[in-house]
Amino acid sequence: MSHTEAMHVLAGVRVKLMQGGPPTPGARTMLFLHGAGGASQWLPFMDLLARDFDLRVPEHPGFGDSDTPDWLKRVEDLAYYYLDVLQELDLTGVHLVGHSLGGWTAAALAIKDCSRIKSLTLISAAGVHVHGVARIDNFMGNPEQSLRALIHDQSVADQLLALDVPPEERERQLKNRFTTARLVWQPRSYDPYLPPWLHRIRVPTHVLWGEHDRLFPLPIGHEYQRLIPGARLTVLPGCGHLPPIEQPQPCARAVTQFVQAVCAQEGRA
Amino acid sequence: MKFFNFHLMPYADMDVSLIREHGSAWVTFPNRHYDPKVGADLYNRYLDELEYADQLGFDGVCVNEHHQTPYGLMPVPGVLAGALARSVKRARIAILGRALPLVNNPLNIAEEFAMLDNLCRGRFIAGFVRGIGAEYHSTGVNPAESLARFQEAHDLIIRAWTEPGPFEFDGEYYHYKYVNLWPRPYQDPHPPVWVPSQGSAETIAWAARHRYTYCQTLGAIKTVAGFFDKYREEADKAGYAATWDQCAWSTTIYVAETDEQALREAGPHAEAIQNEFLRMPFEMLLPPGYTSLESFRHIQPDMIGKPQTVRSLNDAGVIIIGSPSTVRERLAAYQELAGFNTVLVKTQFGTLPADMTRRNMEAIAREVLPYFQEAGAGPA
Repeated sequence: MSHTEAMHVLAGVRVKLMQGGPPTPGARTMLFLHGAGGASQWLPFMDLLARDFDLRVPEHPGFGDSDTPDWLKRVEDLAYYYLDVLQELDLTGVHLVGHSLGGWTAAALAIKDCSRIKSLTLISAAGVHVHGVARIDNFMGNPEQSLRALIHDQSVADQLLALDVPPEERERQLKNRFTTARLVWQPRSYDPYLPPWLHRIRVPTHVLWGEHDRLFPLPIGHEYQRLIPGARLTVLPGCGHLPPIEQPQPCARAVTQFVQAVCAQEGRA
Repeated sequence: MKFFNFHLMPYADMDVSLIREHGSAWVTFPNRHYDPKVGADLYNRYLDELEYADQLGFDGVCVNEHHQTPYGLMPVPGVLAGALARSVKRARIAILGRALPLVNNPLNIAEEFAMLDNLCRGRFIAGFVRGIGAEYHSTGVNPAESLARFQEAHDLIIRAWTEPGPFEFDGEYYHYKYVNLWPRPYQDPHPPVWVPSQGSAETIAWAARHRYTYCQTLGAIKTVAGFFDKYREEADKAGYAATWDQCAWSTTIYVAETDEQALREAGPHAEAIQNEFLRMPFEMLLPPGYTSLESFRHIQPDMIGKPQTVRSLNDAGVIIIGSPSTVRERLAAYQELAGFNTVLVKTQFGTLPADMTRRNMEAIAREVLPYFQEAGAGPA
């Protein structure tokens, strides 16, 4: 799929927006909220989703080429920001998909206002804490150690580590790391005030998780499923914390099938 | 020049190879390696050493704060300063410093320092620091908020010391309906504020603007001279001329009969602090946000924690080790080069045992102090 990439002023912040979709008009809108690693590139995973959906991938404020507003201090701020974006673009019936930090953002958005979203997909989402579940500290390792800990199949990590990373991409990664730390340092990657309100999410919800996620292990996925009414859980076997990167095809397939099932359901209703 | 005896109070009686095996002496170095019997002896030994420094004629004694590490056993330095307040009779007592951003109630620090200042009848010096990056892993405080919390906590403490209470304080991080300090500090308007740093441009400028004494930690003397010049430039910008009294250099001094003997004796202990106790991964030392993104770009991982020999440290002027005449000559030359009127001296360092520490303190007091304490070098 071809895609476009441009800087836009959205809800008062200059952000980079990538967009792709099928050539035929009328595709349903899907908004993808990226994780702590950012969204500086159009990934094969996005290309797969863009076969069926009008996919929008903004780079969050504070990440990559997007500006860093003064108000950005908590994941809550990102959630309100995207509510503003949905309103400003007057998007309705949006299929909201968030990965990791973006999953937390999507959940925080959805407990506030589901009126513009039709379905929610949380992939390996941060945001919820399960007492006693051991998690790795991805601020303590060096870049290689951190990446290896996020990926289950080390041959995939080998390939990623062998890539030549240009200086401007390194710069984006550094910025992403700084912004992520600001947002998630304490409490580490979760909001104790989120779980009591997850019941407010009244759109079909799909919780999608890597079986071997060490950053946010599977019990966190179970907790999301338990707390969001009617949520469905899909586990990707042999996958770590980065399903869109480690298993792009199974991950995109699972996302697409769920969203299409939601749409089909609605068509019958 | 004034001589302060600076103590880090390391967990000196240990096998440093344990640190090497673990990869770091900070944050995650297992506390099963701490033996309370050994620790109790060390605390008492170190307090004895600081009391001895007072008797030997040092102008001041210093303790500081670090967390979760054998590098320094002083997570709550006020306990030690409190012990010293009654036994150190003459010298000034400095905490260099307390890490303001790491506490959620900075008024506790205002109270603690005011108490200490009362106990020692105005001999207290208040050091304010941010804590090193590792401490943000240990305490959970967000490193991105470090600088802003430091400045706000500072403003609160100074106001608590100087403004009639009760008053209300509304900051971004700290909020009080009633600020009303009991006790107030003994010194008027408040204890001198000293600001130790490794050379952050933001901190140097901030200290100069406030006319606080700037203390340079761990640096080669040429770099130190650059930082002190920077301080004086910042003072000029702020509309006044800084004196040498506003700059303090933190170093290690070891004196023996000959240069060779001094290097031989001090070597393993100086290398232990530099290469083992200070050992930590880059990511532990500099969590994201502890420095600005701009400053961070200029720091490369390979700049941190390169193993050093005692000779390379000595040659670079990070430490001064040698015969009495060598130490006197080098210290005089360094003072002239960098422009400072206080030297904060670690007389104990790394694994240096008690008997050697005492001999070193005596040698410094006999062979070095008298030559400098009389002379008030530099523009006063």
